[in-house]
Amino acid sequence: MSIVDLPARTHPDERTIADGNDQRKRRRRREYGLFALLVAPNLLVIAVFAYWPIIYNAFLSLTDWNMIAARPKFVGLANYGRTLTDPAFHKTLWITVVFTGLIVVGSLVIGLALAFLFNLPLKGRGAVRTIAFAPHILSGAAVATIWAFIFDPGYGLMRALIEPFGAEPPDWMNNSDWALPGLVIVYLWKNVGFAALIYLAGLQGLPKELDEAAAIDGASTWTRFRSIKLPLLAPITFFLLITTVIGTFQAFDVIAVMTGGGPGDATTTLSWSIYNEGFQAFNAGRAATLSIIMFVILLVVTTVQARVMERRVHYR
Amino acid sequence: MKTRAIQYVVLIGVAAVFLGPLYWLLSTAFKQPTQIYQWPPAWWPHLTWENFSLAWKAAPFDRFFLNSTIITVIGTALKVVNAVLTAYAFAYLRFPFKKILFFAVLGAMMVPGHVTLLPNYLTVATLGWINTYAGLIIPGIGSAFATFLMRQHFLTLPTEVTDAAAVDGAGHLRTLWRVVLPMSRPMLITVVVITAVEEWNNFVWPLIVTNTASMRTLPVGLLILKDEEGLAAWGTIMAGTLLVLAPMLLIFLIAQRYIVGGITAGALKG
Repeated sequence: MSIVDLPARTHPDERTIADGNDQRKRRRRREYGLFALLVAPNLLVIAVFAYWPIIYNAFLSLTDWNMIAARPKFVGLANYGRTLTDPAFHKTLWITVVFTGLIVVGSLVIGLALAFLFNLPLKGRGAVRTIAFAPHILSGAAVATIWAFIFDPGYGLMRALIEPFGAEPPDWMNNSDWALPGLVIVYLWKNVGFAALIYLAGLQGLPKELDEAAAIDGASTWTRFRSIKLPLLAPITFFLLITTVIGTFQAFDVIAVMTGGGPGDATTTLSWSIYNEGFQAFNAGRAATLSIIMFVILLVVTTVQARVMERRVHYR
Repeated sequence: MKTRAIQYVVLIGVAAVFLGPLYWLLSTAFKQPTQIYQWPPAWWPHLTWENFSLAWKAAPFDRFFLNSTIITVIGTALKVVNAVLTAYAFAYLRFPFKKILFFAVLGAMMVPGHVTLLPNYLTVATLGWINTYAGLIIPGIGSAFATFLMRQHFLTLPTEVTDAAAVDGAGHLRTLWRVVLPMSRPMLITVVVITAVEEWNNFVWPLIVTNTASMRTLPVGLLILKDEEGLAAWGTIMAGTLLVLAPMLLIFLIAQRYIVGGITAGALKG
């Protein structure tokens, strides 16, 4: 069912009381007034702080402005030209794609595996499911701070896990090869419980008959997983894919606390560079340009989602 | 039998992966500094409150705590009120072009928050709200997702009840307060808890819109504490981290059912 097709519920006095035309009109006007009153504050905030920023960004992206000068200087499409040909921007985009890709694949694979584990008839599985989900609702800044200590090469927990294997613990956050994988680990630790929870709800909603029939026909566990469960879970996989991409593209607190985009530019994602250009370099034009680029990328992602969802809604 | 044993081993391993870092945080926060900087690490702390008093001295954590509480309570209240009123209007009242307006509300979900940072900062500066509670709270009280959840829920309520209230002469606001909301308690709690968690954990907006220690919130204060104390004071930093996490962990343990319910409902209804 489409979300906006539902009919309004009329207040019954509209229907039951047969009054004159005038009275009905007045009543209707009062209802319109009440509607406007109830909706106005929300719509106003949404208009000013969600829609206006898009227009404002589009305008700012055509200017050069340090946010101190009285007014922005119009420069046309210069910011776009410079950004799109800038090797540093290409690297930022690449880092964003790698970061997002690793987290998407990690969340889906580990999340699905955990969901299967939590679906087994084991004692204590509910408690472990809760424990695995808990980091999802914790402050990203706080989680990142814990992991900054865990990754400390001198006295961190990671050293205790790595040393017994005879390896030297890396200086995770100050090493440009290890910083990004380190962030991925933290981000996965925080969010994989969410994917597991959604997959688990999906698994528990699957029709049992198909799976049982296949089992009777002698299909192996792996075949049943690949040919029955995985296709039936496809809509959920798709939902998680989209939400994870959107969330990860905007990942900020973990990066801000652990690496600040560094070392060098090793963890400078699109979201970090928007912050960096806007609030550290005070280059409003460049920050707005990057914001518009992020907006367009995510708009494409959401539009694809809406299209696909419309075509195939497997689940309720 | 053997498979079952392996499954239990994996389950315990998973629990350890997610509990380990939290235990590391908790134990470090209560360890004496000499215990933190020793190798191999001490797995069991000689309990001390020292780190907490050090954290308190290093940064005004009482002030951070107050700010976070104010923002969470007021921000959540305003946002939920917005959601409930908007949802009620869209579910029960007539208005021209209502459908288009509803699309306008839902469309806000398509705007990624990170993209709005710079323009909203400039808007808030124009309003003179930099470094104020208004600047911290107001931009976040528009509600799209919570409005959607509430409206969908209102539409599942039986019409007979609201009709009966109207026949008894109850106006719309009275119907909302006396009939619709009491029937929506679980959904309302879900929306409140999820909103409160978001407000408490919010990081980038308070970071941008505040510029003095007296207006910082806990997550932002934590970043500043970490940057100032550096690697030499993990005990202090972990004590500060625990202060940021503890309230949400508590809420999670109490209201887990509602959080999980709301999140899966949002996902599976798409």
